[in-house]
Amino acid sequence: MNELIQQIGVCVEKGKVNKNSPYPNDMKGQDGADELTKQALDASLGPNEILQACNDGMHRIGERFGRNEVFVPELLMAAKAMNAVMAHLKPFFQSGSVKTKGKFLLGTVAGDLHDIGKNLVAMVVEGNGWEVIDLGVDVKPAKFIEKIKDNPECTVGLSALLTTTMANMAKTVQEIKSQFPATRVIVGGAPLTSKSAEQMGADGYAPDPQGAVEFLNRLAVGG
Amino acid sequence: MKSLLSAISNGKVLVSDGAWGTFLHQRGLQPGECPELWNVTHRNDVFAIAKSYIDAGADMVLTNSFGGSPIKLEHYGLKERAFELNETAAAISREAAGENHFVLGSIGPTGVMLMMDDVTEQELYDGFCIQAEALKKGGVDAICIETMSAIDEASVAVRAAKEATGLEVVCTFTFEKKVGQRFRTMMGITPAEMVEAIKNAGADVIGANCGNGFEQMIDIVKDIRTIDKSTPILVHANAGLPVYKNGETIFPETPDMMASRVNELVSSGANIIGGCCGTTPAHIKALVCELKKY
Repeated sequence: MNELIQQIGVCVEKGKVNKNSPYPNDMKGQDGADELTKQALDASLGPNEILQACNDGMHRIGERFGRNEVFVPELLMAAKAMNAVMAHLKPFFQSGSVKTKGKFLLGTVAGDLHDIGKNLVAMVVEGNGWEVIDLGVDVKPAKFIEKIKDNPECTVGLSALLTTTMANMAKTVQEIKSQFPATRVIVGGAPLTSKSAEQMGADGYAPDPQGAVEFLNRLAVGG
Repeated sequence: MKSLLSAISNGKVLVSDGAWGTFLHQRGLQPGECPELWNVTHRNDVFAIAKSYIDAGADMVLTNSFGGSPIKLEHYGLKERAFELNETAAAISREAAGENHFVLGSIGPTGVMLMMDDVTEQELYDGFCIQAEALKKGGVDAICIETMSAIDEASVAVRAAKEATGLEVVCTFTFEKKVGQRFRTMMGITPAEMVEAIKNAGADVIGANCGNGFEQMIDIVKDIRTIDKSTPILVHANAGLPVYKNGETIFPETPDMMASRVNELVSSGANIIGGCCGTTPAHIKALVCELKKY
């Protein structure tokens, strides 16, 4: 792999957004994901290769998160660096020369206003090559249903932080399943366990963002 | 104004209250409704919750102001009413507690992150000042900043509460047990890192709330005590991690289960003990009865 492209992947993994960014400490003053992506595209390097390097970088940081070697802040900074790359790649997605793995429809369920966990999942899933449609917080079941109609091939992710909104999550899963039995639904959030997810009728439970990525990637290969 | 620090200085263990959020929902608060608005619209229900904990024998009650920061209230279009809602929260709990029990003004996280440039430090500070001042005006004895996970936000909150009110400030974090590893908050903070940072910010009482039940609180208190022998510790434990079953959210730990471990929690170094999500007046009563035996 081209050295420049490889370095973009490293910037994503380490959360080095741009030259001015003080984070991480050991990369102060160096070009970040923003500058390097621009240089790579100016040098006519392929957007698909750049995206692959970023996906690899996000995968590495996601795995380290899963092993408790890094935490939410590191993951957020990686996602921020990834967004800097994506800003440059956007025209290639729009023209269709770069493709995503599929669509992931995501939201925090009705009655719950918490978005940190949901945003983390959105960023990491996007960083792994999926198109994320983020419906925000306090999303009523009808809103999910409406969006699934528009995006029938999507997989749905539901988030909840409050112990009191788990019942709404269950209701949302049931409404989606009754109208779209083939649509896969994965749930996550602090009060959940795989057992609760099963009780709700969800297809999967992700304890962390990486878990959501693994679930989606299994679906993508027909698992 | 009563002093928590002097009340526990002779080694007495105090009992705090139990859940508010899950209790409010039981009384009809709908998901998506603003809990703090109930201080005005459902004053009697809020009062009944506070009173039920005092009746159960608790030495203190908190206030229905966990999400009362201007930043949180903005979601409901209630930012401008932050002072009023917090002051009322404090007044309700004071009325329920009378003058002989403590009232601790609850302040929860804002949900926005400093490191992601969601908010400036000054905005955070100003918001916490408004909340703390209003709680003081409503009659609290101390401020309880709870369910924190990030050092930067917690430090700003403690500093703001201290500088705005001069009251004693409690600050508790929410830790999870990572498989095969130490306790950390969602943001990766260990109990040791918390202790140093929030004591520097000016907290008088430190501790942990929410989380995964009584059992883990014993280990968290032990963790804190390995590096800090003297700062008073407050614990508000969940009644375990909730289980969703047959259309209901159930918290697994019963009052008896909690009471059976309270002795160990005290010997590990906790000074003030109460409940968080899923705990009820029955849990608090069981703690009070058990502690009376010693």
